[in-house]
Order: sequence, then C-alpha cells, then structure tokens
Amino acid sequence: MALEVTQILLNAQSIDAATRNHAEESLKQIQEQNLPAFLLSLSAELANNNKPIESRKLAGLILKNALDAKELHRKNDLAQRWLSLDLATKTQIKTSLLQTFSSPVSDARSTAAQVIAKVAGIELPHNQWPELIGSLLSNIHQVETHVKQATLETLGYVCEEVDPQVVDQEQVNRILTAVVQGMNATETSSDVRLAATRALYNALGFAQANFTNDMERDYIMRVVCEATQSSDVKIRQAAFECLVAISSTYYEKLAPYMQDIFNITSKAVREDEEPVALQAIEFWSSICDEEIDILDDYRSEYTGDSDVPCFYFIKQALPALVPMLLETLLKQEEDQDQDEGAWNIAMAGGTCLGLVARTVGDEIVPLVMPFIEENISKPDWRGREAATYAFGSILDGPSPGKLAPIVNVALNFMLAALSRDPNNHVKDTTAWTLGRIFEFLHGAAVETSVITQENCQQILTVLLQSMKDVPNVAEKACGALYFLAQGYEDEGSVSPLTPFFQDIFQMLLFVTHREDATESNLRTSAYEALNEVVRCSNDETAPIVMQLIPVIMLELHQTVEAQKLTSDERDKQNDLQGLLCGCLQVIIQKMGSIEGSKYAFMQYADQIMDLLLKVFASRNATVHEEAMLAIGALAYTAGPNFAKYMPQFYQYLEMGLQNFEEYQICAITVGVVGDLCRALEDKILPYCDGIMTQLLKNLSSNQLHRSVKPPIFSCFGDIALAIGENFEKYLLYAMPMLQSAAELSAHAVSQDDEMLEYTNQLRNGILEAYSGILQGFKSSPKTQALVPYAAHVLQFIDTMYGGREMDDAVMKSALGVLGDLADTLGSHVGPLISQSSSSKDLIEECMVYDDPLIRESAEWAKLAINRAVSG
Amino acid sequence: MAPPPDHRLPIKRAAISDQQRRREVALRLQADRRSDAQNRARQLASSVLSLGPEPATEPEVEPEQEMSEASGQLAGRSDLDPVRAARLRGPEVRKWFARQLMLPEWMVDVPPSLDRDWYVFPRPSGKRCFVVSSNGTTISRLRNGSILHRFPSNLPNGARTKDVSGPASSYSILDCIFHEPDETYYVIDMVCWRGYSLYDCTAEFRFFWLNSKLSETGASDPPSQYHRYRFNVVQIYECNLAGLQASYSGQVPYVKDGLLFFNKHAHYQAGNTPLALVWKDNVCSQYVLDTDSKGQIPSQQQVVLELQNDGNLTTSDDPPVALGSLSRDLIAQSGLRVGNLVRVAIKDERMRLVDGKLDLGELQLVGKTNHSRAFADTYSKVLFQHAARHAPLRIEDLVASIQSNSSMDNSQALDVEMEG
Repeated sequence: MALEVTQILLNAQSIDAATRNHAEESLKQIQEQNLPAFLLSLSAELANNNKPIESRKLAGLILKNALDAKELHRKNDLAQRWLSLDLATKTQIKTSLLQTFSSPVSDARSTAAQVIAKVAGIELPHNQWPELIGSLLSNIHQVETHVKQATLETLGYVCEEVDPQVVDQEQVNRILTAVVQGMNATETSSDVRLAATRALYNALGFAQANFTNDMERDYIMRVVCEATQSSDVKIRQAAFECLVAISSTYYEKLAPYMQDIFNITSKAVREDEEPVALQAIEFWSSICDEEIDILDDYRSEYTGDSDVPCFYFIKQALPALVPMLLETLLKQEEDQDQDEGAWNIAMAGGTCLGLVARTVGDEIVPLVMPFIEENISKPDWRGREAATYAFGSILDGPSPGKLAPIVNVALNFMLAALSRDPNNHVKDTTAWTLGRIFEFLHGAAVETSVITQENCQQILTVLLQSMKDVPNVAEKACGALYFLAQGYEDEGSVSPLTPFFQDIFQMLLFVTHREDATESNLRTSAYEALNEVVRCSNDETAPIVMQLIPVIMLELHQTVEAQKLTSDERDKQNDLQGLLCGCLQVIIQKMGSIEGSKYAFMQYADQIMDLLLKVFASRNATVHEEAMLAIGALAYTAGPNFAKYMPQFYQYLEMGLQNFEEYQICAITVGVVGDLCRALEDKILPYCDGIMTQLLKNLSSNQLHRSVKPPIFSCFGDIALAIGENFEKYLLYAMPMLQSAAELSAHAVSQDDEMLEYTNQLRNGILEAYSGILQGFKSSPKTQALVPYAAHVLQFIDTMYGGREMDDAVMKSALGVLGDLADTLGSHVGPLISQSSSSKDLIEECMVYDDPLIRESAEWAKLAINRAVSG
Repeated sequence: MAPPPDHRLPIKRAAISDQQRRREVALRLQADRRSDAQNRARQLASSVLSLGPEPATEPEVEPEQEMSEASGQLAGRSDLDPVRAARLRGPEVRKWFARQLMLPEWMVDVPPSLDRDWYVFPRPSGKRCFVVSSNGTTISRLRNGSILHRFPSNLPNGARTKDVSGPASSYSILDCIFHEPDETYYVIDMVCWRGYSLYDCTAEFRFFWLNSKLSETGASDPPSQYHRYRFNVVQIYECNLAGLQASYSGQVPYVKDGLLFFNKHAHYQAGNTPLALVWKDNVCSQYVLDTDSKGQIPSQQQVVLELQNDGNLTTSDDPPVALGSLSRDLIAQSGLRVGNLVRVAIKDERMRLVDGKLDLGELQLVGKTNHSRAFADTYSKVLFQHAARHAPLRIEDLVASIQSNSSMDNSQALDVEMEG
C-alpha cells in the first residue's frame, strides 16, 4: 500500500519556491485522502537504506509532526487520531521504526528515535506497546555500537516523553541499568557514552526508588562524576547537566557527595572549556534555588516548615565558593554589554553570586568586600568592572542594616564613576549597580533609605546626564531612575522628586527621540522610567503630568498617521505604539486616582479615546493589548460617562473577545468587560446580548486557551452585578455552563501544582460568577428564578470541601457564595444550607483560620446564614 | 555565545518588564474592584443599610429638606436595593452617612435589669463622627455628613502603605468621638471591619471585636507620618455597682461628658434607639444644661424642633412627635420654610400631658438654627433637659436601681417616675 513519496519529499526541500509549494500541496493531499497509507509510506521511506538521507529525514519529521503538536488541544487531537488507526497499520509503522535502528546512517537512526518516543508518549499511558522497552533493551547488547547508541538515544527520548508513573519499576530498573552501564568509563565508544549520559538526564525523573537505595545511588553518582572527567568535552558537559538535574531533583540525597562535587566543579570552572564551566556554575546556582525555596518555606507564616530540610550546603561551601565565583567575574568579554543575549562565565558567575547572597544573607558581605576594595580602582577596566559587578550582585539578600553603611560610603564613588570612568563597561555596570541600590535599599519597605533629600538631587543630576551616554549606559541609567522613582510611589506630597519632575520628563522624552534609541532597548527603558515617575506623582506634580498628555497624544497620532512603511519600520512603529499606549494607560490610571486632577484629565478623554480607536487598525497583538488596557483604565476613570464611546468601541471589544489565537488579547478584553460593567453599570445592558453570546461561544470552544476561561466566569459575575435581574434571560445558558464547569473542577484530580493552580482559578471564577449573579438578583422579584440552582451550588462547595484542595482565594470566595445564597434567597435556602454539613464545617474551620480575611469572611457567612435560617 | 539556560535569569538583565507589570497591575485592579463591588453589595445587603424607603417622589431635594428627610427616615427599616445602594456616589454618600449613626436616647428613667443587660462607660467630650477607612485614606464625617478630617491612619486600608491584607477598597467604619484636647479619636463602636458588617451583631460581640481588632492594626499607636491621629478604645464596664462607680468617678484620659449605656443584646441601629442611653449630671459633665447659640445657658429651656407644613413643630423621633405649633402669621413673618429647624423657648415650664402626649404649651420663637445642624431635638432630650432643670435623675437613683435589682432578682425593675 506504500506510496512512492521520495521525489515529493525531495521537491519539498527544493530551493525553487514553485516546486516546493507544489510538493507541499501534494503531501497535504495524500495525507487528507488516505492517512494510514501516508503514514506507512513515510515510515517505509525513513526505514529504507536505499533512499537519500534528505527524503528520509523529512519523512521522519512529517511523521513526528503527525503525532505531536505544541498546543494542547491539537496535541490531544493528534493522539486520538493515532490511537484510532487500525492495529495492522500501527504495528507496521512501529516495526519500520524499530528497523531503522540498524541503519548505518546516523541521521536516520536519530530521527527514528524521536518518532518512536512520540508514539510511546501516546501509547504507553494507554497500556499499548508494552513490549517497546523490552525490545529496545534487547538491542543493548548488540555488538554494533551504532545500534547501541540509537537504542540509548531512544530510551532517553522515551523517558522525556512519558510520565514516570506509566513505566513500572522493574522496567525502570532495566532502563537505568542499561543507561548507567553505557555511561561507564569502561565503555569504549564515546558516541555510546554520550548517548547514555544524555539518556540519563531524561531518565533521572524515573529513578526515585533507585535514589533511595544507597548502593544504587552511590553507583549512579560515581558514574556521573567519572563522566565529568571524560576526555570528550560533550560527555563532560552532558555529565554536568546530569549533576545540575540531580541537584534539584534529589537535593536531599546530596550530602555525602558534596565535597567531591565541589572539587569537580571548581576545577571545571577554573580550567575547563566554557560550555562545561557554565554547567559547573549552574550546579551551584541550582543548589541556591533549592535552598532559597526551602528557607522561604521555613519563614512562611502559615506552613512554618518544609518537606525537605535545608542542608545549608551553600553556607558550608561559602569560604571556598565565593572566591571561585569572584575569579569568574574577571573573565568578561569585550562586547558583552552590546549583545542582548550574551551569556558567559563572568555573567553566570555574577548571577550565581547574587543567588548565594540571597541564600546566606549577611555572611557573604565580608567575603566579597576585600575583592571589591582590591579591584575597584585598578587601572585595568576588568578589575573595576568586576568589583562593581560583585557589589551589585550582593545587594539583594544581606540586611539593609549590613549594607547601608557600605552603600553610604560607595555612593559618591559610584556617581563619580558613572560620570567619569573612561570605560563603557564600567559605566554600564555602575549604572546597573545604582539601580540595584535603589531597588533594595530605598523605598517605603526599607526602614532607613540610603537616599536622602540631599543626595537625591546629586543622584538625579548624574542619572539624567548619563542618559546622553552611549545607548547601553543610557539604558541602565533609565533603569536606575525607574527604581529610584519606585521607592517614592507611596511617598505622598513630600517626595524629593517633586522639584525635578519637569527636568526628568524632558530628559526622558529626549531619550525616546534619540537616533539610536532602538539600540540596547533604550527607548523601551525610557518609557518604562517615564511610567514609573508618573506613578509616583501626587497632587503637587499632577499638573506637570497633565502637560505630558498632549505630548504623548501627538506622538501616538503621528504613528497612527504614518503611511507606507517598510516591514522593519512597521515593526519599530508597532513597538512605539505599544509603548505610547502603555504610557497613556499609566497616566489615565494615575490622573484618575488623584481627586484634584480627575476633572482636568477628563477634558482629554474624547481625544484619547479617538486615538485609541484608531490604534486598533494596527494588526499587532502587543499594540492591541496595550490599547485595550488603556481603554479599561479610561472606562474606570470615566465611569458612566464612558457610555458615549460604546457605540464606536463595541466592534473592537467584540473583535478582542473573538481573538482566540492571541489569547492574551482575549483575556485582557474579558477583563475590560469587567471594567466596563463597573463603570457603566446598567448602561451596559444594550451590549450584553452581544457580549454574553461571545463569552458563551468562547467557553464552548476547545480552541480557546484554557487560561481565559476562569476570567470569563468571573466576568459573568461582573455583568450580573451590573445589570441585576436583567441577567435573567442569560441564566438558561450561563447556569448549565457554570454547572458543568463546576462539576469538572470539583472532581478534578490535580497531578501537579500547575494543574492544581489552574483548577483553583477555575473554581474561583465560577464562585465569583455565582456571587455576582446572586447579588445582582438581591431584592428583585425575580429572585425565585435562582432557587432551583441553589442545591447545585451547595453541592459544588460540598464536593470541593471534601476534596481538600481549595486554596485560600477559593475558600474565601466559597464563604462569600454561602453568605450570598443565604442573603439573596433567605428562607428559600435556609433549610438547604442547614442540611449541608460541609458548609457548616467549612465555616467553622475557617473561623479559626490564620488568615484574618478568611476568618472574617466566615464570620460574615455565618451571620448571613443564621439570619436566613431564623428568618 | 550560547544563551543562558531557560530558567536562569541573568542578574544583569532587566528583571522587570513594565508591560508585564502594567498587565499585572490591571489584573490586580480588576480583581480588587470586583471584590470591592461584591463586598459593597454584601455590606449593604447584610442590612448595613437600615435606610428608610427611597423618597417616592422627587429624588433631587433641597439641602435643607435633605436633612429633615434624613432625620425623618432614620429608624425606618426596609431593604433598599443593595445594588442601587452600592452605587452611591458623592453627595449621596454624605447623605448616607448622615443617616448611619446610632443615636442614644436620653435616659429619663432607669431601664430594668441595668446591671444584667447593660454596659456603661464615660462618654468622651467632643465631636461625634463616623470614621471610614478605605482605598488608602481615612475620612471622618460629622453627624451632618460633612467631612471633619481626611488623613492617613493605621486603620485597615487607611493609608497608602504597602498593606497586603486584602482589597484596598474594603471599608472599615468606626463610630467615634473626636476629642480635641489630645487630638484623639475615641472609638465607641465598630460598625464595619474590613468590609464586613457588624450591624447585625450584638453590642457584646461588637465590643469584643473592637477590642481585639483595633489593637492588631496599630491604630492606637502615637501619630506618625502615615498615621495622623491616634485611635483609642474607651474602657467599657459591666453596669454593676463597681462599673457604674468607675465610669462615674474614675479617672479617664479625656474630658468626660456624661455616661453612655449600651444594651448588650442590641444590634447597631441607625437613628434614635432606646437601647443606647446617655445620662449626665454636673459631676460627670460640664454641659448638663443646653446652651443657646451664643453658648450661654438661657433662663428658659430652649428646644430645637422641625417645622412641618401644618405649622406643627416636631422632634426628630420616628415617628416625629409634635410638641407645639407656630401660627401661619408668625411663619410667614419670620420667613420660615417647611423643614427648617427652629429654636424655641418654653415659656411656661410646667409640663402637661395632653392625650398622653407632652404639650409644651405656648412657645416663643428664638430663631432659626445654623446650617450645620442636621437634626431637631429628640423627645427624650426635651424630657431630660426639662428634668435636669427641675427634678433630675440622680446618680443615687441609678445606684438604687442596681441595688434593688440585685436584692430582688426576679422582680421587675422599679420605674422612676418623673415628677415634673
């Protein structure tokens, strides 16, 4: 039944566009006409050693894409499609794939390995293809190294695809035995050893049981450590990657090995090639991540403990670890500050040093200070830059009390360096360090800020001056200003920034107009700093912010009018529009929240709205999102007056709600519907049919990103609260959706934290919908319409309570719904609620909860229910 | 140069994206405002609003009438549509607050079971007000709804500090007396706390809540940048002999103005209520007898009453009690309008009961009251003031009542007859 596809596959890679398109079209047709035959042909092509490697590789790739996709719903569809193929076809394809192992062509073997893993990912959870692992392992004693290598590679991919729970321990043992043997120093083929080391990386998640067995763990650790000493750099790198993975998966098992690992990593950091050294540093960063998490758990008010104890590895290694990391800081590359994605030993070392500081706090300071003092005035820029970088890296972690005296001494030196150091790297790092000082040692949360009324002026002068420096330095100066301003956000009218508002705005606007503003992210940083300064404006500085509005509007107007742009210009234009809409959003929020400036601001509302509507002509997702957010802010500020914009705005609102592909726009738009409800209240009624229709459609679609669903439910609540009993006509549609979602989410078994978090978001959305609806109907003659749903709502809460996986937000919302039920439906539900023992238990339990907000929610629910029962 | 591993954020790259921050701020604001909208509805729904019926006719009312309307509807209890009530804005809010204070009646006779069912405490002298903290600011409003202070405080959401304890917009409402000499708010009752209504809770529960919650917030700390005025709780006693004695003659850090009595089982009820009572004599108050508009004690008792369209002068009780009337000529002559509050002097101070009602006989018009005044006098106040001039209810009478209660436990309390 196999078709001849070689030529088509080759044509599909032709440099001639017409040939290529034609071939792609043919492939699509074959696939649509006869999928089984198509897949069979591809697997046969891949297995056939007489075919050219180009067509074999593409055959494998298409096969792989026929089995798996990134988007969840498509992934599920493809899996279902595979499972529903007839058994003979599937068996034949799988046989071809396994045959490909013996191919002498390594690309073909490698491609087959990936396809096998995809099939395994679909079939193993359904208890199909149980013989796969056995038949792979039977290859492991093959004499031919290429078969061995392909087998190990496949095992690795299978482990990556498949959940550990679907493979039984006996098979796990066999996989690990084969993999670790393949890694052993006695293995003569470095291809096999590399494949085995990479396979172990993926198989580590399967080794839970083996890591609790001392002997097996010792063996695995020994083999991994030996592999870090291999003469092949790729094996060394892969072995260190295993160590990094072990450090996070099996942190609590590491104690016996830490001394050896320290020796291995420090040698690698100092002497090995960069990719290996980077992994060695990453090991320590990863240990820091673990210990920071555990120590956070220790400090957390509500749990007070952690499943895993802290072994304080970092604290113990500190005297040797810090000098090792400081050495790396001197290995900068010449152009690293110009390259956005740069990552090298110095950067990894500084990043790790920062994590160490967060792990151990004050203790790091005396270990770093001598290095700073020794290098900060060196003639070689590397010394000065490394010293500054070290200082900047340790500012988050140690107590402000420990750092403040040092910062007070260093501040003038830093300001001088930023103005006068001849080296751009030094200036770049100095401006960044100043930003870190402002971020961590200044602001309402810090008891005594290092910034005073007196030095603030000097700091501002230097920062504004540096905004004229080369783009990367200017960008860091904008970042520093951002954090300086952030510290004054809660300051009220006494902010020392007040006298400089005009100068700051002028300079930042100047920066946005620099010719080179698109380099080093400079323009974005300037607008971000501008936004932050706007956020910390007050009654006194509001008039200056107000002057900014026409300026920003003019700029936005120019971007809207711009015609006939090249695609590069179009991209830049989109970025700029997004920034300008973002800036307007911040101004609207701020001016709307200052009582004295709200009225003056509203004079601009018509023009702003007009511009924002024009911005929707852009096809760019970020721009839409920013414009939508700005409109949400405007609606909240304008209140019921926003109604006059609705006729023009509505089409864009609907467009946003329909935007499935760019789901973030959809989510933001759903949020804006909420803003509109609160602003317009019952004036939103004429638009509700359209909005509700779209929201209901979205919920029934399996293409919409799941993260949008919880906000849609909450939005039902917003609408119901705004239009009250007019929501009645939607009950028929909305309630069944809420009920079925409630059912699903109440019974959801959450396998991981991410799923649990999502389930709780969904529950919270559903509960918020119920609350809004109940409250909207309160005191309405139509209250009766809700009575039939009460039992279900109670049952939903019952089931969730039984499942014991509610987070605090859900618990609070559930208490709210219980109170709302009682409050709106009164005696109609009194008996029903009294019968629900878990509602009572939930309330009683929450009355003695640690979180005062939950306790008070429980008090309130109890009061409301008592009234309903007694009245 | 290879990029850093996926999850490793380089320390020297911008950690923040302002766009992400804008998105998060917008989401947080939306969530806060949603919970605010729902909590407001809840607050109001949980019969926080024991408002009277909405004016059936014209909602726009003259300011002068506003006050009479407010006073006229104080005690009416019917549910206002909570969603509509949640939309109160601007002047509506002011009007709303004007109706929300619980106003004690004057004690003209001793209630039964004083020692079992009542609390007593010395009332601080000063301005009675509602203090509302929400959205990062604290506002105190006088009885007439006008603002006394707007300031930052340690009350929940009372200042723009990084408070993480819930939506910034959830209300707390305290019933206070602002005591000028030490610039302190003395909290005499708690009405809402973090958005949760205490209206339908007993005084016993409210005082318990007040004592445990207020201290948690640091509201009693000395003034500072983000905490302009100090809030102190007033020591509340069981109304037994010891409690009464302590309230009456004990030292307090403020100037005393009489004693307040609260029935333990009573809910917070807006408007006049006989379940809270005020009593005073010359020992525990500097101002036993009412003063006139010049601050002098007039030789004849003066009363503030509201002019009705039939010429009757009524108290602010619900329903209003007519205590006399003005002739049409006099009304026309003095340019008075319906709803005006007028000050009258009682010419003949012998009190008469006519058809079971107090009649003050011929009244002499003294003048209109100033604008800040929101309410006419209550019936109990007129009686108390009259008694104070002629045959006051004495501390000994209160003591005797408590003693007799404790000696004959099951008997009805004695009625102390007025002898005016």
